[in-house]
Amino acid sequence: MKLSMASSPHNHSQKNLSRLMLTVIAACIPGIIAQCYFFGFGVIVQLMLALITASLSEAFMLSVRKRPVWPALSDGSAWLTAVLLAISIPPLAPWWIVVIGTVFAIVMVKQLYGGLGFNLFNPAMAAYVLLLVSFPVQMTSWTPVSSLLAQPLNLMDQASLIFFEYSANHTDLIGALTSVDGTTMATPLDTVKTAVSQNLTVDEAMMGKQFSAYAGIGWMWVNLAFLVGGLFLLKTKVINWHIPVAMLATLAFCSAIGFILAPGSHAGSLFHLLSGATMLGAFFIATDPVSASTTNRGRLIYGACIGLLVYLIRNYGGYPDAVAFAVLIMNMAVPLIDHYTQPRTYGHGAAK
Amino acid sequence: MDSLLEQIERGTLWQFPGGVHPPQQKSLSNQQPIARLPLPDKLVLPLKQHIGANGQLLVNVGDKVLKGQALTKPTANWSLPVHAPTSGEVIEIKPMPSAHPSALPELSIVMTPDGNDTWCELSPVSDLNKLDHKTLIDLLHNAGIAGMGGAGFPTYVKADSHQPIEFLVVNGVECEPYITADDLLMREHAQEIVQGIEVMQQLLKPQRVLIGIEDNKPEAIAAMKRASAHNTAILVRAIPTKYPSGGEKQLIRVLTSKEVPSTGIPADIGVLVQNVGTLFAISEAIYKGKPLIERVVSVTGNTIGKPQNVWALIGTEIKHLLDCQGFTPVLEQRVVMGGPMMGFTLPTVRIPVIKTTNCILAPDNQELAEPGDEKACIRCSACADACPQSLLPQQLQWFAKSKDYDKLEAYNLFDCIECGACSYVCPSEIPLVQYYRVAKAEIREQKLDQIKAERAKERFEARKERLEREQQERQNRHKRSTSRSAKPDAEKAKVADALARVKQKQGDKSAVQAAIERAKAKKAADGSLEPDNSEVALERALRKEQARLYKEQKTSEDAPLAENAKEDSGKKDAVTAAIARAKAKKAAQQGEQENGQPQPQASEPETKKSDDDPRKAAVAAAIARAKAKKAAQQGEQENEQPQPPASEPETKKSDDDPRKAAVAAAIARAKAKKAAQQGEQENEQPQQPASESETPTSDDDDPRKAAVAAAIARAKAKKAAKQAEQENEQPQTSTSESETQKPDDDDPRKAAVAAAIARAKAKKAAKQAEQENEQPQQEQSVQDAGSTDATPQTPEQKRQAAIKAAVAKAKAKKQAKEQEGNDPS
Repeated sequence: MKLSMASSPHNHSQKNLSRLMLTVIAACIPGIIAQCYFFGFGVIVQLMLALITASLSEAFMLSVRKRPVWPALSDGSAWLTAVLLAISIPPLAPWWIVVIGTVFAIVMVKQLYGGLGFNLFNPAMAAYVLLLVSFPVQMTSWTPVSSLLAQPLNLMDQASLIFFEYSANHTDLIGALTSVDGTTMATPLDTVKTAVSQNLTVDEAMMGKQFSAYAGIGWMWVNLAFLVGGLFLLKTKVINWHIPVAMLATLAFCSAIGFILAPGSHAGSLFHLLSGATMLGAFFIATDPVSASTTNRGRLIYGACIGLLVYLIRNYGGYPDAVAFAVLIMNMAVPLIDHYTQPRTYGHGAAK
Repeated sequence: MDSLLEQIERGTLWQFPGGVHPPQQKSLSNQQPIARLPLPDKLVLPLKQHIGANGQLLVNVGDKVLKGQALTKPTANWSLPVHAPTSGEVIEIKPMPSAHPSALPELSIVMTPDGNDTWCELSPVSDLNKLDHKTLIDLLHNAGIAGMGGAGFPTYVKADSHQPIEFLVVNGVECEPYITADDLLMREHAQEIVQGIEVMQQLLKPQRVLIGIEDNKPEAIAAMKRASAHNTAILVRAIPTKYPSGGEKQLIRVLTSKEVPSTGIPADIGVLVQNVGTLFAISEAIYKGKPLIERVVSVTGNTIGKPQNVWALIGTEIKHLLDCQGFTPVLEQRVVMGGPMMGFTLPTVRIPVIKTTNCILAPDNQELAEPGDEKACIRCSACADACPQSLLPQQLQWFAKSKDYDKLEAYNLFDCIECGACSYVCPSEIPLVQYYRVAKAEIREQKLDQIKAERAKERFEARKERLEREQQERQNRHKRSTSRSAKPDAEKAKVADALARVKQKQGDKSAVQAAIERAKAKKAADGSLEPDNSEVALERALRKEQARLYKEQKTSEDAPLAENAKEDSGKKDAVTAAIARAKAKKAAQQGEQENGQPQPQASEPETKKSDDDPRKAAVAAAIARAKAKKAAQQGEQENEQPQPPASEPETKKSDDDPRKAAVAAAIARAKAKKAAQQGEQENEQPQQPASESETPTSDDDDPRKAAVAAAIARAKAKKAAKQAEQENEQPQTSTSESETQKPDDDDPRKAAVAAAIARAKAKKAAKQAEQENEQPQQEQSVQDAGSTDATPQTPEQKRQAAIKAAVAKAKAKKQAKEQEGNDPS
């Protein structure tokens, strides 16, 4: 009788890579729904564009690198990158923004470094930073919450804005984004930052229509939706608690100190936690396993540093939001952190 | 804060990091009691079933053995005996595939049961307290008990621990999925296990005995609690079910909070772990006198019709177990010995159960899916989270792939217990454990190589040192001899000294030094113009040393021979030879200078000085040679007679050789050798300077004469040989060429015989000389051709000459060989 040989262990947890990636994508769904609800369906169009571009560029690069295409493509990592990038950029940004970003993320940041597992930087965030630096106008023109728009945009309007940069009734992007009172709107974070720089207090800045009690209308809910998705990831053990907890705790702690010391010029913890890309960053971006720290202590340090950097850049930097920058900077520090945070191996050194 | 003992008493348990929770699958096999199997048709008993050396075979093929009879006996190095699991006959003792991942053949005893199952005489112990420590240990040793949990470490070694043992940990955890052998054993034989524990208590005197059982085995826990109720030192602890809590290190951590040092053993921290199966075997060995001949094996998996635990005789083939339990193989069937996490797949079912076999798992492809393709590592560190040793498997994997052995060791690769938890959780299905196994093996191999290289280096350095020392000694000796013999040098030195003195008078100290240096320079310059004595002398000293060594060796070899044959004459010969040697040596010192460096300037005055000695030596040598030749001739003539004039006489020689002739020949050879040595010392380089010594001007030197004689003899022999060959050829090809040669020869047959002998001798000599230098031979032949023309001889003379030549040739070759041996050094 011919017996089949294999090396131990002969059992497997049945966790696999594509299921892992698809779980993360699935966890984004609450956030995407919230975005759609508050900012229109532009994000869906962006998602489609990003997914197609990512698949094509991944397939292209794999064939150029003479690697089997389907096994690598089907692990879902390229799709996850596409999803993360698509939900990070303004929903009504022109189509080429997301295409350039995705191609850059897949080709440059991921495949040129050797593909999945070898990239130094988080591909989605590297692409986001590239876009932000190269196309600041398009990248900062966030749609105001739909309810505040002078002319609410339907799906067709949004699609034509994305593809042709003007809507069906021939208003351009800026025109389309004009709110009820005739002004275009920045994101809440941007608003607060500008206000503070104009010597207004945070409270005064938050008198605006786009703010609710704690944070920007819509933004708060989008962040809460991502928090729900993140908790799902924790529950399913796809991610470890160390990075998000360390990051959010540090951000909350720093903003609390700032708020206590100078409440006029510093927004409170809740505002920071529920604004911008905080929750997305904490649960979906910073936890990217490839570019994050790999030891538990290292993850705490890594997460805490991201939280600190986010707070510093938001308050004292030149950009309204800071998750992408903070993550990229800390990506560079990962090898160092990993080196100094190796766990004590059993039998080495004194047991407690 | 309570002391550790108090905490343990209170039932505190500790945690180990990591661990996984694979599906248990225990209920598959733990529902039925342990079954008895029918006797198998044959049993295969590997001599080595444990960690340590083989025992020594006590039986032969064909022996009838009784159940429980020892088949091997333990020798040194942790060796354990194996016993006959049933009565029957030993039919084969040969290497058979072993129960090891490699299945490499291991020497095994194959026996067929006779079906009677007759026990040999057993000697159970009734009262444990009457036995002393040593006797108990010997009982365990002779019962062949090895750790039955997996590794198979000899139990008697552990039980004889000289370190104080604080806690005896009893491992009834059985954390691997599927396996229930220990579970069932505890349920059914808790009493015996506790008896085994008490034996160990007497041996080791631990403060407490901690029995660790996973909380998924409530029946076993209850049974053990009942059985150990009377003994307050025994504590039964239900520990949380988590793989691999049954690992020795993990269990110690859970039960005692202690950690075994990385390179240490549990005894280092006062802990000793025994598997429940081992303790059962101990109790059987002590109280029933039964050696370890059977064990409980879980036969389980979805392809097994009746999955359950069975009592399997050691040596039962897996096939028998599977057949008895109703095995229906699937496509790409795997049969695993051990559990799904750490077991290994068997290449064939014809592999025996050994002392460490606890489970045979035959899963179908649904319950344990075939591993998928390895994907890219995404550094998720799920592996690190699962690792019970707190390693970083993911990092280790990168290092293993890049063969970065230093990093691997820095990241504590060797603390990996290969539990497989990392591979189990890896979403990319990377066979991490396999990478570590390979890397470990490579590192071990590399270290072995390093040790080897290290040793080679030591040897080399020792040799270098020795050679240097020898050189130094030689130089010292040479200095002494040159101060005696080399007057010109001394004179030169005197001159230099005088010069220096003169200069010293004139100048200061630096001037003296300059003078000395100048003198030295001059000396050196002179040396390059005049014969460089120091080099030659060095060479000579070297040769002498070797010649002496060789002689010593030879005489010690030859002495018994000579004594056996002719004690008196041998002694006499030895004495004369010794005298001759001594003389020759003396002479050689000076004579060599002449031969070695044919510079008329230097040799002329010196030959005068050393006139007497070389002559005497030469005479002595000549006498010795003559004797040798005579003896050789006699020997040869005796040999000759029964020889047919074949082209290869030496092949048949051994058939007809009378003993006498052999003895005589041996003596002759011994003498010839001695003579040859003497000859060598006189005739320093018989091959190389041959062309020089042939010149008629050097007639006065004895060695030269000898060389000439040898050369002539060789030439004659050659000629004779040639003729003989042509003679042989004639019947086949009668050409005009051979006709022209024929008139020279009067008695062709005799000559042919002589030539044949000569050739045979030459061949023999050639054989002895391992590396035959071809060039000297060619030179010889050239010279031979030259000298033959000049010396016409009668056939009778020719014959004798041929024999002489052969002897001479052999000698010459021997010398050549010796010289070759000398030259490289």
